[in-house]
Amino acid sequence: MHDANKPRDTRAPVVGENVTRLDGAAKVTGVARYVDDLPAMPGELHGATVRSPLPRGVLRAVMLDPSFDWSDVTVVTAKDVPDNVVQLIVDDQPVLAAERVNHRYEPVALVACADKAKLARAVAAVTLDIEPLPAVFDAEESLLGRTVIWGESNVQNRYLITKGAADADDGEAAFEAALRACDVVVRGEYSTHHQEQLYIETNGMVAWWDDDGVHATGSLQCPYYVHKAFKRCFHLEPEQIHITQAVTGGGFGGKEEYPSLIAMHAALLAKKSGRPVRMIYDRVEDFEATTKRHPSRCIVETGCDADGTLRALKMRVLMDAGAYVTLSPVVLSRGVLHAGGCYRWRDVRIEGVSVATNTPPNGAFRGFGAPQTTWAIERHLDAVARRLGIDAGELKRKNLLAEGDSTATSQVLHGSIGGAECVEKAFAASDYVAKRRRGPIVEGRKARGIGCSVFMHGGGFTGSGERMLKGKVAVDLLLGGRLEVRSASTDIGQGTETIFAQIAADAAGVSISAVSVAVPSTTRVPDSGPTVASRTVMVVGSIVERAAREIAERVEAVRRAGESFAAAGDRLLAQEGPQTALVQYEPPAWVNWDDKRYKGDAYPVYAWMVDVAEVEVDLDTFETRVLEFWSAADVGKAIHPLMCKGQLEGGSLQAIGWALSEEVVWKDGAIVNPRMTNYIIPTALDAPPFHTILVEAPYAHGPGGGAKGIGELPMDGGASAVAAAVEHAIGVAIDHLPLTPERLFAAWARSNSEAAQ
Amino acid sequence: MKVALKVNGVQRHVDMAPLARLLDALRGPLGLTGTKEGCGEGECGSCAVFLDGVPVNACLVPIGQCDGCEVVTVEGLAAAGHLAPLQACMAEHGGAQCGICTPGMLIAAEALLRRNPDPTPVEVRTAIAGNLCRCTGYERIVQSVLHAAHELRSTEKGAAE
Repeated sequence: MHDANKPRDTRAPVVGENVTRLDGAAKVTGVARYVDDLPAMPGELHGATVRSPLPRGVLRAVMLDPSFDWSDVTVVTAKDVPDNVVQLIVDDQPVLAAERVNHRYEPVALVACADKAKLARAVAAVTLDIEPLPAVFDAEESLLGRTVIWGESNVQNRYLITKGAADADDGEAAFEAALRACDVVVRGEYSTHHQEQLYIETNGMVAWWDDDGVHATGSLQCPYYVHKAFKRCFHLEPEQIHITQAVTGGGFGGKEEYPSLIAMHAALLAKKSGRPVRMIYDRVEDFEATTKRHPSRCIVETGCDADGTLRALKMRVLMDAGAYVTLSPVVLSRGVLHAGGCYRWRDVRIEGVSVATNTPPNGAFRGFGAPQTTWAIERHLDAVARRLGIDAGELKRKNLLAEGDSTATSQVLHGSIGGAECVEKAFAASDYVAKRRRGPIVEGRKARGIGCSVFMHGGGFTGSGERMLKGKVAVDLLLGGRLEVRSASTDIGQGTETIFAQIAADAAGVSISAVSVAVPSTTRVPDSGPTVASRTVMVVGSIVERAAREIAERVEAVRRAGESFAAAGDRLLAQEGPQTALVQYEPPAWVNWDDKRYKGDAYPVYAWMVDVAEVEVDLDTFETRVLEFWSAADVGKAIHPLMCKGQLEGGSLQAIGWALSEEVVWKDGAIVNPRMTNYIIPTALDAPPFHTILVEAPYAHGPGGGAKGIGELPMDGGASAVAAAVEHAIGVAIDHLPLTPERLFAAWARSNSEAAQ
Repeated sequence: MKVALKVNGVQRHVDMAPLARLLDALRGPLGLTGTKEGCGEGECGSCAVFLDGVPVNACLVPIGQCDGCEVVTVEGLAAAGHLAPLQACMAEHGGAQCGICTPGMLIAAEALLRRNPDPTPVEVRTAIAGNLCRCTGYERIVQSVLHAAHELRSTEKGAAE
């Protein structure tokens, strides 16, 4: 089956083909090794975490029960941490709480023991003496700053985006004047709630020390995040740190920054005990302690002409960061950058604020701020359409950004703009226009309606991010005409390994079976940047392509007439020694971003998507079922159409779950429902049939003929499409997530009593 | 407690507390880590295995009840080094992404196809409703199972003719 020996021009391209995923066989036979499947190392201990039972307080003491046998138990507290800071953006989060606790479940002490049953008793034998302090749980309350829990005012970050009138010296007044001068001004408030990533594999890590330094292997998205955290925490040289990804059972952002913490915890225990330590969270601990999607509250006011031409947008975006900063500045940034939606605005004033609360830090979750602001702008345009008496789909289509238009950050769009085509295709496939016009269908106690959302999502890091990041990839020429791709981009289910192999195979002109992709380990792979921000295919894939092409060119330069690629490659290796192409990413030269004024090319390109949801609301129970879900997405170029659709559908269902059933219930900073039994994600019966249409408006700088990033895109719009459909079905506009039966019933009852008055 | 059980066709023995979970026996002394733990309370289905031909969540079964039983795990689905059609279809048609739910999903789907070789999409969805997947949106899993059902029927038809 090995056709690497064939002359390289006879093979068919694999980009655009649905090749069997390279990790498929291992995953369907059960041999793929996730972190908890790795065999126990000699002398291995199990590790566990002692967490704060209070949301805020002064930590006075960590006390060990003197009647407990601690002889075979290792205990680690803050005083054992060489540099007690989680390295990320702001140095505000300790690896283990030292003097203060700032949220419930905050890690305070660590214990390790060979006997798992005894380990649980050891956790219970640690008592924390904490003097309670007043806590703040609500972002609006935190913004008022009456109780200061973070910094001087609780405010972690602020951004301001201005355009048109708002750019003037007296911007705020000039913008207000422009807004008030509009024919129709509509104001609304929209909020979103926490969401748990709920990857089916919990966070887990194994760590050990040896002569080479420290090793951590586990479930993670970003090996170099962990590497940087270790460098800081343990004051080690980079080459002493070996971070390796095990097969990872889903991430969705939940394994972006969090794994640094659990890896450091395992390594601290391993260091002190001198033994390998395995830490695997159970579901409840994972749910309680790890990051969630930031709750948000957006106040939106817009002005438009009587014919629905949008003119002015004012928005205040408030995000709840939780107790520490973690990635909140970047989440808020992506949130405000997507707050204008995919529409033309003449005047814009978008203000973003993130504040601290005494809840576990919120962090990365697919969409990264954009689902929150997309919810706000899409629901708001539904409200504008209602006011104007026109269909929301028509209003959105009419104002859609097109070639040469400028976004809220004054970025002028050129090329790869598939929005209009997505609208046409999604509307046609779902019969949206006719179904909207026909109105809701009520049969017995069931009401059916249809709704849409239109949105776009920027690929890659924001603004100058990719320029600063300098992601790298290496491709090696191996014997027998084989190539190995070495990158830090992890496959967490989305198919990175397969897609990189496809891209490299076509770029080098070899068979896909001649390409292997290295396990991401900081010892072996260069820093390609993190596996986040819809950047893996579009950004990292583009340098995989360049590196593979470079290797092929070297082989081609020595290849004799009639000689196979493999033979030429082997000769090159024999004569010249190892052949590695190390390529660094360079964003397109025209990308111009002003970080101070928040203006310019926020992202080099956007992927576009239109969702149409058809729902049925039970008028007795107020349960909402999504009956069918149509999407059209402009992905630039689908490297692997089947996996591309799988990403879009999986993301859409996460959005539907966020809209309808997923709700983290809080009481005094604690989570009431940290289980799969009471935090309800959709099952196969809750999920609608997905009808997914791929639109390809190629991006000139994307790999494989124009691929754009789509990993996060589907998370952005599903909730607002569902809410629009519910509104169509029962005539009640819901502006606050989630649309659980209780909330829907309350809103319906309220609207009926208002109508009666 | 000493427990004798047949696992994937092989007679095995474990010595564990009677209330220890079948899941821990499989993943621990029996060395079969293909069966996954997602929640530990019978909600996610990642640990589904056949126990005397019936799909069960191995996290809810005490090993003390397994004496003399026959267990089939995901490792037992592939026959003689070849993927079973269901496994191949799951890999080829997008049914597996991160793969952590896949072993349990395969057991649930296999149970369905044994009793219903020609299921409708809704029957597939019902059969796998006890298995949570966070990656796929289920669409490709349903398609994978339908493809496998079709393939199995054509093979059987071919064999019969």
